[in-house]
Amino acid sequence: MSAETVSVTGWGRTAPTAARLIRPRTYEEAVAAVRGCGARGGIPRGLGRAYGDAAQNAGGAVLDMTALDRVHVIDAGSGIVLCDAGVSLHRLMRVLLPLGWFVPVTPGTRHVTVGGAIGADIHGKNHHVSGSFSRHLLSFELLTADGEIRTVSRGTPLFDATTGGLGLTGVILTATVQLQPVQTSLMSVDTERARDLDDLMARLTATDDHYRYSVAWIDLLARGAATGRAVLTRGEHAPLDALGTRARRDPLAFRPAQLPAPPAVLPEGLLNRRTVGWFNELWYRKAPRARTGQLQKLSTFFHPLDGVPHWNRVYGRGGFVQYQFVVPYGREDTLRRIVRRLSERRCPSFLAVLKRFGDADPGWLSFPQPGWTLALDIPAGLTGLGALLDELDEEIVEAGGRVYLAKDSRLRPELLAAMYPRLDDFRALRAELDPRGAFVSDLSRRLDL
Amino acid sequence: MKDAFGLPQSLLVLGGTSEIALATARRLVARRTRTVWLAGRPSSALEQSAADLRAQGADVRTVAFDALAPESHETVLGKVFAEGDIDMVLLAFGVLGDQAHDEREPLDAVRVAQTNYTGAVSAGLVSARALQAQGHGSLVVLSSVAGERARRSNFIYGSSKAGLDAFAQGLGDALHGTGVHVMVVRPGFVRTKMTAGLPEAPLATTPEEVATAVELGLRRRSETVWVPGVLRWVMSALRHVPREAFRRLPL
Repeated sequence: MSAETVSVTGWGRTAPTAARLIRPRTYEEAVAAVRGCGARGGIPRGLGRAYGDAAQNAGGAVLDMTALDRVHVIDAGSGIVLCDAGVSLHRLMRVLLPLGWFVPVTPGTRHVTVGGAIGADIHGKNHHVSGSFSRHLLSFELLTADGEIRTVSRGTPLFDATTGGLGLTGVILTATVQLQPVQTSLMSVDTERARDLDDLMARLTATDDHYRYSVAWIDLLARGAATGRAVLTRGEHAPLDALGTRARRDPLAFRPAQLPAPPAVLPEGLLNRRTVGWFNELWYRKAPRARTGQLQKLSTFFHPLDGVPHWNRVYGRGGFVQYQFVVPYGREDTLRRIVRRLSERRCPSFLAVLKRFGDADPGWLSFPQPGWTLALDIPAGLTGLGALLDELDEEIVEAGGRVYLAKDSRLRPELLAAMYPRLDDFRALRAELDPRGAFVSDLSRRLDL
Repeated sequence: MKDAFGLPQSLLVLGGTSEIALATARRLVARRTRTVWLAGRPSSALEQSAADLRAQGADVRTVAFDALAPESHETVLGKVFAEGDIDMVLLAFGVLGDQAHDEREPLDAVRVAQTNYTGAVSAGLVSARALQAQGHGSLVVLSSVAGERARRSNFIYGSSKAGLDAFAQGLGDALHGTGVHVMVVRPGFVRTKMTAGLPEAPLATTPEEVATAVELGLRRRSETVWVPGVLRWVMSALRHVPREAFRRLPL
């Protein structure tokens, strides 16, 4: 088990802190790491795709779980996999697609671990149909603060505290997940453009239920009558008979393309209003007004940014903030106001994403709830950004919404209880399960979780 | 914890009656800071500073601290850090002295040096060790342009700030990669009680402007901040003026 002191940040590359990075290679080493994590505690970390400080622990230990990466059992008949928490969704796709199975939920990157997927209770483009990751999680093994390994099944308080619990209830060692059957590795995609936000919301509301996967990309730099103009992409796993004869020879092939990574050091301000404005204009113009049944690779449809390793570097040394919130159905007024404010403020945000959520899952700190969710990236150096987001938080709370903690790096702690009504239960369970504070992260310190 | 913009939730001010420090504290309390420790010699001014920040909604505590008693720094600051993480330490104490008087009274000159330099060395090292143990935090050191090049009119003060500045730069390099960020702030002439009655230098600034520059520096994780920013270029020019000419400049 190696341990060295390193500077750690999230994917947004803001607020670096130093921690001992420990990489357990066996369950015994993980137990030893938790038992010996010291006064400033430890936090499990996967592939570091959380944007904020959820997987950092200043002055304490960060447990890099990616060495525990065995896929133990695949039941190819019923589509159930039992694997270590350090296994990435990328790896699962490579292993499972040839067997005709796909992960039940995938976020915008497949380079996340199963443990991270549970800790953030991730959602994907199919949330309105399939819910979040925890809905497909049958059980998991959790290494708790006392150094014991517990099997946690659905419907228990520990299950609901851990799904979305940001690694603060313990270290997930293995998970058993129900998979999604597919006939091919291609997606059948319908694309259409929406001329403004109202048009977009009307289209999404009217026809989202026809699709398993649905998402809209919004141009937040468009103003005036075009405010909230968007490109909708919605799709299904393509059935075998939708494929041409050539593709049918290897219908379950999984060969994602990859471009070279940007250099490690890039100048500040590469993404500014002008460059992002051009990009957004181009993206909108190149999208077809309406096209149906286009066949796309899984990776093109779900993970376009994974094609560029270390894409977070394009924001330069100052890093960026990802802001994702949800407001309930019926509070479209708040969504409209926020989109208008963002576009009036000229936030250089490319690929802002709007999606409709379906029913919530029971995780106490799980983010999705029925409503509209908007996610956007903003360079952290933008003048006045902190104050602007503080004001948006107030509007979101007033509307009964919340922000996504796995992406957060700047929320005011006072607003947390209003956003997450089960916060007190979460704190009480942690106080009982982990009285000496073995599990701590920068996020938990900042927000007093 | 600091947030994505480098804003601290807890602040320790060394030199709790410094006007620049209080302007900075007010600004930070208006944003994210909830806990403030004001360290300084017990006085009604210190309590008044605390009361002002409390009125803004912060949880403020005062602690007796004397820059001239370095042997006590370990104990005094240790107690503050034992109460919880400190996200930012603002090293703000310092005295201007009276150049003409101090030239005649070497012991008074030594007092200036001991306050501004050796006191800061001790408090800086004690704070740095505590910040390093918590794996994060910013140490913001109030230096001065006076330390950039000694001037005839205030070289006692200037030399103490030169020592402080060099110390803080080195400390910043020593702490690189430990999660601790050291930021040296070099204001020009700041209009405060300390400079009241002195002839105002060009490019004079205010405590509020220094506070604004500190907030920006935290966000950018800057290592050196000049206030106003143009002083960086002015001073780098002045640094290269030949002695013969520099001596005769009306500075």
